[in-house]
Amino acid sequence: MQNILELKNIGYSYHNLHGETKALQDISFGVREGEFIAIVGPSGCGKSTLLSIIAGLLSPEEGTIVVNNPDGSLHYPKIGYMLQRDHLFEWRTVYRNVTLGLELNHKMTPERLEAVDRLLKDYGLDKFRDKRPDELSGGMKQRAALIRTLALEPQLLLLDEPFSALDYQTRLFVSADICRLIRAAGKTMVIITHDLSEAISLADRIIVLSGRPAVVKNEVSVHLTLADDSPLAARNAPEFQQYFNMLWEDLTHES
Amino acid sequence: MKAELTTDSGKRKKASSELTRQEEFIRKHRRHHHEIASWRTLIFVLFIVLWEVSANQKWIDSFFFSSPSRVARCFVDQIRHNAMLSHIGVTLLETVLSFLLVIAFSLLMSTLLWHSRKLSEILEPYLVVLNSLPKSALAPLFIVWLGTGTRTIIVAGMSVAVFGSIISFYTGFQQVDNEKITLIYTLGGTRRDAFLKVVLPGSVPILLSTAKVNIGLALVGVIIGEFLAARRGLGYLIIYGSQVFQLDMVITSIIVLCVIALGFYKSIQAIEHQIRIRFKM
Repeated sequence: MQNILELKNIGYSYHNLHGETKALQDISFGVREGEFIAIVGPSGCGKSTLLSIIAGLLSPEEGTIVVNNPDGSLHYPKIGYMLQRDHLFEWRTVYRNVTLGLELNHKMTPERLEAVDRLLKDYGLDKFRDKRPDELSGGMKQRAALIRTLALEPQLLLLDEPFSALDYQTRLFVSADICRLIRAAGKTMVIITHDLSEAISLADRIIVLSGRPAVVKNEVSVHLTLADDSPLAARNAPEFQQYFNMLWEDLTHES
Repeated sequence: MKAELTTDSGKRKKASSELTRQEEFIRKHRRHHHEIASWRTLIFVLFIVLWEVSANQKWIDSFFFSSPSRVARCFVDQIRHNAMLSHIGVTLLETVLSFLLVIAFSLLMSTLLWHSRKLSEILEPYLVVLNSLPKSALAPLFIVWLGTGTRTIIVAGMSVAVFGSIISFYTGFQQVDNEKITLIYTLGGTRRDAFLKVVLPGSVPILLSTAKVNIGLALVGVIIGEFLAARRGLGYLIIYGSQVFQLDMVITSIIVLCVIALGFYKSIQAIEHQIRIRFKM
């Protein structure tokens, strides 16, 4: 499959009065359609900056992002961005939260709303549509946040440590759940995580960044022999430990 | 079988005892509230009785300190001959008007400050100085500039509350989680959307608490204004009463002011309650 996005020699620095801090240096990789990519790296290495650049919230100081749509068109793929916390607004009902993106883009069309209704039903949130977010469990909140993102029909989903606010047990289930839903929706995904197990169990390919300034240290394609295709089963795959050790080596041995 | 039965009944017993504990909790809660309410009433009644008795027994001079019965007589008298009700009405109207103007003006200003970071940085020292300035110092100027009348009183009422209120609103706007604003941008929203969908609704609690303080401050400002520049209103009655040594009139007006302050506080509380129910906060 071909790359829908290609990052070429991306560089970015932060500036303040005390000087310049190089965050990203010479980052290049491609994103293939339908692929799940995990970006791992030491904390503070600029992973979130990289994601913001891919999302178009920041523009890179060096390098370019090449768009390569399958149909040959040149417009940037539609991006859905999921932040570290769900950020559902307490003053809105679940339904008005998940339709926020449509509201902002003036796209409250019958077809789109129908799609939202379908997602609410599929994700088991239909009976909570008129409830407030604080009446939902942590997992249901993440599902609602996912619907809010999917309602705009993005091609590429960017997830910035989306489960880090959850406790460990919930996190295992929710990350598996959300990624299953994204796969089922046929989307491409780039996820940032500092949890190596999460990266191995969710991703097709893992990009390892070094400490500041971040460069691509390694790219690992993940192939696990699985009994079934769930991220929880992935943690029991025979190759899991090898991948884990390899990534651990990459992260701990700074050259 | 027998063992099962006993555990079953044990469970039931536990459930029923939990129910009574719940009832007990409710009873305790109610008792607490009754107690508070009784103490409040008791203090009020004791104060009135003590005041009346001390005046009757000549422990205090009722010419200077008045007494509940004199206040009541004065109140009825004022309503009959001196149009007390219209004085009350004037003060109420002026206070409500300056309160509403303060809220509208501060919302506008704090929105501008939020919109332009540069503007807020430029204006910050001015706001701080104007906020700490004793506003009664400005009142003589208002009289010269605007004359004596309702306009001056309302401006005086506004001057006490407006700067603090702008600062509170703006601080409230800034406390809104930045990631929520980023969320709006990731969903393709504009800065205007960020303000209308996140900043404003997210600041409702602060807007309400500021409003609660402001209604009191507006009343303070209005009374200061009436002291200096009015022929009507409770502030005028207080000054007039003190000048002609009718301290009954002064004290009656002060008590009416207490009732007004309580009324304002309760109304804002009721509005807050309604909003909280509507937004389920």
